[in-house]
Amino acid sequence: MNIGTLLTELFNDTVGVSLPLFRPELTIVVTIVLLLLCRMLPLLRRVDSGLLALGGVCFATWYAYADFLGLGGLPGDAILSSAGGRQEIFGGLLVYDSLTAYLRLILSGFLVLYVLLTKLSGIPDREDGADFYVLVLGSSLGMCLMASANHLLMVFMAVEMASVPSYALSGMLKGRPASSEAALKYAVYGAGAAGVMLYGISLIAGVLGTLQLPALPGELARVLSAGGTGGSAMVLCLGGLMLTVGLAFKLSAVPFHFWCPDVFEGAAAEVGAFLSVASKAAAVALLVRVAFGFGMPAGGNESTVAATVTALVDARHFIVYVIGLLAAVTCTFGNLAAYGQSNMKRLLAYSTIAHAGYLMMAVAAAVAMAADAPAGARDAITAVAFYLATYLFMNLGAFGIVAMLRNQLRSEEIAAYGGLIRTSPGIVVAMAVVLVSLIGLPPLSGFVAKFLVFSSLVDAISVGCERPLMLLLLVIGGLNTVISLFYYLRVLKVMTFDPLPGDRVAEPFPLVSISGAMVTGLVVPVVVFGIFWSGLYAAAQLAGAIAS
Amino acid sequence: MNAAVVENAAFWPLTLIVFLPAFVAAFLSLPIVPKAREEAVRWITLGTTAVVFLLSLWLAVPQLFGPVGPGQFLLGNPDMQAVVKFPWIDAFGIEYLLGVDGISLPLVVLTTFLSMLAAAASWPISKHVKAYHVLFLLLETGMLGVFVSLDFFLFYVFWEVMLLPMYFLIGIWGGPRREYAAIKFFLYTLLGSVLMLIAILMLYFTSDVGQLSDEQLIATHVVSPATAVDEIAAIRSTEGAVHTFNLMALAAIGQLPNSPFAATTVWFNTSLETWAFLLLLIGFVIKVPVVPVHTWLPDAHVEAPTPISMILAGVLLKLGGYGILRICYPICPGAGLSLAWLVCGVGVVSMVYGAFAALAQTDFKRMVAYSSVSHMGYVMLGLGVWSAVDGQQYRWDFWAQGVNGAMFQMLAHGISSAGMFFMVGVLYDRVHHRNLQEFGGIFGKMPVYSGLAIAVFFAGLGLPGLCGFIGEVLVTLSSWNYSRVLAVISAFTVILTAAYILWAIQRVYLGAEYRGPHEEALTPITSRELAIGTPLVFLAIVFGVAPQTLFQYVTPSVNQQVETLADWTRDVHDGARKMMVAEGHVTPDSRVPAIGLGDLADIESR
Repeated sequence: MNIGTLLTELFNDTVGVSLPLFRPELTIVVTIVLLLLCRMLPLLRRVDSGLLALGGVCFATWYAYADFLGLGGLPGDAILSSAGGRQEIFGGLLVYDSLTAYLRLILSGFLVLYVLLTKLSGIPDREDGADFYVLVLGSSLGMCLMASANHLLMVFMAVEMASVPSYALSGMLKGRPASSEAALKYAVYGAGAAGVMLYGISLIAGVLGTLQLPALPGELARVLSAGGTGGSAMVLCLGGLMLTVGLAFKLSAVPFHFWCPDVFEGAAAEVGAFLSVASKAAAVALLVRVAFGFGMPAGGNESTVAATVTALVDARHFIVYVIGLLAAVTCTFGNLAAYGQSNMKRLLAYSTIAHAGYLMMAVAAAVAMAADAPAGARDAITAVAFYLATYLFMNLGAFGIVAMLRNQLRSEEIAAYGGLIRTSPGIVVAMAVVLVSLIGLPPLSGFVAKFLVFSSLVDAISVGCERPLMLLLLVIGGLNTVISLFYYLRVLKVMTFDPLPGDRVAEPFPLVSISGAMVTGLVVPVVVFGIFWSGLYAAAQLAGAIAS
Repeated sequence: MNAAVVENAAFWPLTLIVFLPAFVAAFLSLPIVPKAREEAVRWITLGTTAVVFLLSLWLAVPQLFGPVGPGQFLLGNPDMQAVVKFPWIDAFGIEYLLGVDGISLPLVVLTTFLSMLAAAASWPISKHVKAYHVLFLLLETGMLGVFVSLDFFLFYVFWEVMLLPMYFLIGIWGGPRREYAAIKFFLYTLLGSVLMLIAILMLYFTSDVGQLSDEQLIATHVVSPATAVDEIAAIRSTEGAVHTFNLMALAAIGQLPNSPFAATTVWFNTSLETWAFLLLLIGFVIKVPVVPVHTWLPDAHVEAPTPISMILAGVLLKLGGYGILRICYPICPGAGLSLAWLVCGVGVVSMVYGAFAALAQTDFKRMVAYSSVSHMGYVMLGLGVWSAVDGQQYRWDFWAQGVNGAMFQMLAHGISSAGMFFMVGVLYDRVHHRNLQEFGGIFGKMPVYSGLAIAVFFAGLGLPGLCGFIGEVLVTLSSWNYSRVLAVISAFTVILTAAYILWAIQRVYLGAEYRGPHEEALTPITSRELAIGTPLVFLAIVFGVAPQTLFQYVTPSVNQQVETLADWTRDVHDGARKMMVAEGHVTPDSRVPAIGLGDLADIESR
């Protein structure tokens, strides 16, 4: 093969196949360039960077939506049988399938709401606007890549691409020492985790000779069935665990969560919203990709697939236990630690950690059922996808309200919310809806999400996949729901039962205002998806189709 | 069963009964309703609850409104009536499935009736009037929804919807320790409902409606009569199991000889049926409540404002008993049989413990609260006496008597305990204390009120001729055939009950003079209070003298359920026993052995 044909093939692959499936990301890239350009040219400096970013993410959402609809245009059976319309792009570095399309839609839809929210809440100011939005969009680009990574090197690059702008974002409040401290802490932790992850990836590469996720199961099966000669099984375990460290850091799973409360407390509430929703969604999608990449072959000859699936029993068992135990610890620790918090952002940080635990439970169930009950695995991934969509509204709503209240009360301490119901009943009701949904009480969407996670665990139990662990997770998940009641309700208690603090200077939060409309727009879906969740579930089912 | 049921004829009545309060609550919470118009808010709420009460009467006593039409309750028909069925979430087969039978309908009417009285009793509430009434109406929607839901998911949703309004109603409008009481109530109930959710999911994923016969599929409303042929064909042709949340279908599956619930073992070699029964039972008995999970109740009752105490005692406690009767026993009969001792045992323990605790109280309201624990113990005992076997003969009439008695006790307690809490509230509104030691001589100052109050307390005591008597005596009699010890204890508890109630009457209403603070406030009963108290006393007398008014609703459905379960015991459970005897696993003279259906499947497979 000469250089000429190689280049032609590369060109055809890139322009003909890959780029058309990459439109949302391309739009974000273009937006970033425009934002930077506006800052350079004196004439364009007057352009409002927020509006520019808003326009860009609207286009990205439009493309992501069109792509997702294109998937839905396929008959359901076709999507299910083709593993979510799986298609490798950019020479196998990325994969385009229904999970990619779903996650991109979530991320870009989130960005639209997020840019709107930041315009209303006033952080960033006009001066910082361009920097802020460039960082946000850049990080989101990394997150889109995380959701579609098909190669361990790409996994590392995507994680870094998503992380590095976040470090800068958490230091955005330049005058505040807490903010700088948070940024430093985040960066140091992130660098450590990235190093460990890279080391893990290189160990895996050394033993298996490939980093391509679809090629991994075959190689892994070969090594494992050879009896793990020369301690290669040990090295693989170690590599896998180190890779997990990197993922757990992005997921803020215990014990790699230490950055999370400090960053959330130090950074602006808006940054917290970004990290808790977008970053979490991408990290969970990546976890699904990597876990399935190691545990299940993605298509190929039927007999070799069956042989590989059988050979990987132990690998799946290992993955399920690692994810499951991390989930159990994360969930419990997050909920227990949230109990003692007095700062609202810190409380939400621990709540984020706890919810990462619930999400990982469903991922564990998906991997557990991947081989023996593919339908159950699909439902489990569907549960994850549904959870992410509802989590978007719940947490963006919670952080949005915190940001609005900060502008009002000049405080993010829970105690400052005392008796808020007397002056601003509307926002208290909105906060109540969001927090009760985070507890997981019907008829709100948080309940449906939790119901789906628990039902995937019970499904795994009833088909007999990893039954002891799934039972344990079910019990822990149930108990955690009860524990979480305390701290969420405490916030509501302060807002409603407690008297107004004596030095309250704030005027009431106007319900009929643009901010009020924004909060309403975030809270209404929390209720609507709790009652009429058929449509969202059908969309999430498409994402779940990758597990077949 | 009556296959020619008209589905969805009762869509509007049932939907309005459940959602009209929520709809009005949503309207009241809009900013266009000015906060200052407190009187208007009160009247709107009272009017809404009255309309809902009338709607439930339209459903229950159609004779009052002209000829019986479709969608109204036909007396004497034991089956589920006024069934409403619409798909909700297709992916999980969740339906908007409502219906009433002789077990749920009286409770629905009790709820609408007590809600109306409680709305009237809410007039003295002067803090955040609008918010109070919004939450109150939401609470009513939750309670009514639980009683009419026939889809387990929908049932759970309504079950949880009640929690938050109740939390705020206790926590904002309650007494001095309201925050503690509110969170305690929430925590206990949420723990129970999480366990319930786990059980629901276990049952769902093990169920398969494909195991039911065509007739059963129609009778349990899994398929609509109109499109039955196509739907049944679809179920039969589905590969794998078709799961369901339909409570009637789950019950039919649970009573199959090859019930998947009994055949599946989950943990510690114990069948899914037993686990599900236990988890559901814990969820329900927390609500009932029984000792030792009753401790939320005295706190919640004492701290809650009077109308909320009326609702708590009158309706919320009944949800637990209703759940056990509607869900635990029919779906998990094997576990119900082997764990009957547990249900009866906790019932009797609550009975005795509640009575002794009531004797020891000095707070009037706390005493009434513990009397609820004691009285709900009778309900548990009545539900639990699984005495299908009398020697070698199958006799389910004692058992039916117990369950009928338990149902009657629930309804009677709904009237008498709501009345008692209201009577305590009337006094508290005047003198602002509830210390039993500081009362006395109320009869002289408030003669009409004292007359009503003493009648209500006698009803609670179980005096023959008043409503409390019927349920207690039926339960006690029926338990004789199950366990004589329990019967004797429950009969003796009546003495304790008499002791604490008579002693309270003596200390509060009789005596020479009032010794507490605010003596000048002891003004005669107002006409509003009279309008709330009189219907309660009236009903207490009517149900005591003519229990048939309630039994004509309750008995057909209860008897049908008990008879079905007794047949199940004979055919399925003892069928297994005979086989085990034949194979030498148990001795023939052992009393009904505690074996699960898993054993049956095991034997059959051999």
